[in-house]
Amino acid sequence: MEKSKWMEMYRIMRLIRLVEQRINDEYKYDEIKTPIHLSIGQEAVAAGVCIHLRKDDYIFGTHRSHSQYIAKGGDIKKMIAELYLRKTGCARGRGGSMHLVDPEVGILGSSAIVGGNIPLGTGTALASKLLNNDRVTVVFFGDGAVDEGTFHESLNFAALKKLPVVYVCENNFYAINSHQLSRQVGDNIYKWAQNYGMPGFQIDGNDVLEVSDYAEKAISRCRNGEGPTLIECLTYRWKGHIGTVDDVGEGYRPREEYEYWVSKCPIKRFSEFLKDQGVLTDELIKKIDQEIYDLIEEAFSFAQNSPKPSPDELMDFVYAD
Amino acid sequence: MPWTTVQVEKLDNFFIMGDHTGDRVLTYRDALREALDQSLARDPRVFIMGEGVDDVAGVFGTTKGLKEKYGANRVFDTPIAENSMTGIAVGAAMAGLRPIFIHARMDFLLLSLDQLVNHASKWCYMFGGKVKVPLVVRTISARGWGSGAQHSQCIQGMLMNVPGLKIVAPATPYDAKGLMISAIIDNNPVLFVEHRWLHKTTGYVPEEVYSIPIGKGVIHRRGEDVTIVAVSYMLVEALKAAEKLQESGISAEVIDPRTLKPLDEKILVESVAKTGRLIIADTGCKTGSVASEIAAVAAEKAFHFLKKPIKRVCCPDTPTPTSDVLEKAFYPTAEDIFAEAVSLVRE
Ligand SMILES: Cc1ncc(C[n+]2csc(CCOP(=O)(O)OP(=O)(O)O)c2C)c(N)n1
Ligand SMILES: [Mg+2]
Repeated sequence: MEKSKWMEMYRIMRLIRLVEQRINDEYKYDEIKTPIHLSIGQEAVAAGVCIHLRKDDYIFGTHRSHSQYIAKGGDIKKMIAELYLRKTGCARGRGGSMHLVDPEVGILGSSAIVGGNIPLGTGTALASKLLNNDRVTVVFFGDGAVDEGTFHESLNFAALKKLPVVYVCENNFYAINSHQLSRQVGDNIYKWAQNYGMPGFQIDGNDVLEVSDYAEKAISRCRNGEGPTLIECLTYRWKGHIGTVDDVGEGYRPREEYEYWVSKCPIKRFSEFLKDQGVLTDELIKKIDQEIYDLIEEAFSFAQNSPKPSPDELMDFVYAD
Repeated sequence: MPWTTVQVEKLDNFFIMGDHTGDRVLTYRDALREALDQSLARDPRVFIMGEGVDDVAGVFGTTKGLKEKYGANRVFDTPIAENSMTGIAVGAAMAGLRPIFIHARMDFLLLSLDQLVNHASKWCYMFGGKVKVPLVVRTISARGWGSGAQHSQCIQGMLMNVPGLKIVAPATPYDAKGLMISAIIDNNPVLFVEHRWLHKTTGYVPEEVYSIPIGKGVIHRRGEDVTIVAVSYMLVEALKAAEKLQESGISAEVIDPRTLKPLDEKILVESVAKTGRLIIADTGCKTGSVASEIAAVAAEKAFHFLKKPIKRVCCPDTPTPTSDVLEKAFYPTAEDIFAEAVSLVRE
């Protein structure tokens, strides 16, 4: 991978982290009147995958999809405006944090129904095949979605039709407070791929280079008409399931587990690597952060100063023209 | 032979005079097939998927030969995974195609409600109009020959409660073709409700491509004394009842809403304003049925025109029985509509 892409991945991860930290900080003012699910700690997955996608490729996210929206190049101002439920939001205030959209860059909408986006992304991949183009779809979902029938039904169909879709499972071990092993007999989600007739891998989702490596191969398989791949990325969310809570040590999850994963912070690891490679310096880190802070400031002030929808618009968009 | 085919073959031929006259008579089944054929031919974005759509029988003949004509990319069989297959069709629609997904039984539609209700129907609104889902879902309700509780449901009433979904239920060959073309052209998810007993009915159907506006009902028979609104197959029963009512000196107006959502309220209110009496016949169970909704509209918008209480002729609130004796007791017929009309007009 070219070094310019390293820097881009770094920037994206930092962007996700700092945007989400700002959301976290602003949430207490109750102006972001929508449930939020932060991806802090999981940034490497979206960044490592989306770096290989073209603007016209599709992604589908979940209730927790700020990171994918940002990594795919979704408009940040419109995203923050959507969190503030403004007219200028990406979904014009009808969606909120769980329903981000930016068709310009192939984001056709995220679903807050666990597993609900998996068929949708399989369907855009079907469209690529029927239209005979080489657009790839990536579907992001959690370990919880693997409990759902849609995961199994969709993988079966995608393999059957050799569809250009990459299934990226962000396994953070929890669905709300329920651990993977209380819902599934094994801890090998990637193994489902074998019986559905596609390659499956379990990788370190906090190592952006490893994610990027596997994603690149899976995406090029798609472009070459070789069909789908399942990539299970082991990762961890630092915050509680929803909102801004810190739930560590409150009986939900053990502190040691949390501390282990924080020590594996994907951004820290990657920035150390980049420093070792001599492409990142403390000065550069500061410069990149400053650019990001400016961008965030601009997005939040755009959002906070944007108008809210008016009640007479209530019935707009129920049907498309 | 599929068991409902046994039953349908035993039915009398029923000729329905539509809006249209002419010399070309088709069955409902062939009218549908022609609409699909012409749509596949004129729009490369259209494709058909569903269990058994490419087999020899071709969904009771409605897709027969289409795979041979358009290829396996445009008419294909699917795994038995109704929910995800619906979502896959929805995704393809978002990416610019115009899928037609077929359930050979309406009962199977229930497995797909997550994708149909939570996703397809909400997508346009939830994303502020930025993504549209031009999808057609065809469902066929069976009846008779012991179809039983899981192979004969008519749940269109239940689905009227879903914002963002359009529902059409054509009863004549003319309407079947025109509304299929409209459903395909429409930029929203459209549920296309068919009844197995309509497939064999015949009527005038023009050969050219034409569309019928979604949201417009039709008056099949003009009358003065009582309005009978009939949904889907119940139109056949209503027309038989109207004929018999005429012999008894009662003039019935028979209306087919054709589209259940959005409903043509105007045609309903105007008719009730004239007759002052309303019977609604639906193929579904009574509680929460299409008939219930139409009754509510009449109560809200035509209350002062009503001379008598509104009557609903529907299936009772029980799962469909399998016994032929119980089946007979379960389904309302022209006789029931006739009896209700007589009591409304004479008593
Ligand atoms: C069909 C459905 N069932 C239940 C929920 C409630 N719910 C919201 S998020 C969630 C956990 C999802 O876990 P996972 O898929 O692992 O994603 P994560 O939150 O860990 O990113 C659940 C159960 C839902 N949104 N949809
Ligand atoms: Mg999880």
